Amino acid sequence: MSAEQALAPGLDVLPETASVHWRPRVDEARLRRLGALWTLTTVAHVVPFLGAAVALMALNPLSLPVALACIAHAWVIPELYAQRGANVVRPRTRAADGPERRAAGLLGDLVGHDARDLHADTSLVLEPGRLGVWLVGEAGALLLAGRGGRRAYCYCVTVDGRVAGASELPSGDRVAHLLLALRADEQGFATVANLSFSGARWRLRRRVRPAMRPAIDAAVASLDRRSSSRA
Amino acid sequence: MSKLIRMDHTGHSTLAEWTADDPAAVDAAVTAFRAELERGYLAMVTTGPGHAAQVRELPLDAPLVILRLPISGG
Repeated sequence: MSAEQALAPGLDVLPETASVHWRPRVDEARLRRLGALWTLTTVAHVVPFLGAAVALMALNPLSLPVALACIAHAWVIPELYAQRGANVVRPRTRAADGPERRAAGLLGDLVGHDARDLHADTSLVLEPGRLGVWLVGEAGALLLAGRGGRRAYCYCVTVDGRVAGASELPSGDRVAHLLLALRADEQGFATVANLSFSGARWRLRRRVRPAMRPAIDAAVASLDRRSSSRA
Repeated sequence: MSKLIRMDHTGHSTLAEWTADDPAAVDAAVTAFRAELERGYLAMVTTGPGHAAQVRELPLDAPLVILRLPISGG
């Protein structure tokens, strides 16, 4: 049987989407709505604290310490959300050297030279998609989308831990699992994954590990190149 | 030579290798392929740069067939 014949009808949709059948399939419009909802939620958290700080100072300047505490809350809450987003690409426990090397070799075969180098430096694989540019990690993926990739979406997604052997996979294999699923059905991938954070790229960039920040810069550069070639 | 590999705790394991003109190797590969699908693995082939597809039958002309586990939201 040839590869074309083996592609049965319906297999262009990620089978894992069946386990989240109640979720609408993620497309560009839904992604924008989700982003707007996150922005609205952030504003709803920040504005009351800032308002309270202003009101307290207007009522009595002696309440300055409480007003400062309110301002701190208004700052910390979005930061905590961004940290939650950055955590999706936090490196996990590594397997023994041998399996890690074999897994990295297979992953290297799946991606291009530049993506391979970037993964070696940052543990993230850059993968251009229709929704934006993805950075795939071991247990999650970042999506930079919108104009110039200003908005980041952080997805928590991993090899299904209920399946035997999933927890023993080397890190390269975990990335390869996500990468293959993403390549097979990008919208399905975004549907199956849990959105942990959506917000400004700069906010996320500050919260990821310094070693991973070049991957975000590379994703932005990739988006810029794409915009230039379209113009 | 085509390869059927499974991503597992060793990095990956080669389960079968075949060429289309070797019926015995093809039979062995098809048997191994179906056994892994029964275990819950999903079979993927690369269909071009940045593209992959799931297959339910062993594509004999594909140079590499990769078996992966299902994913889920974390």
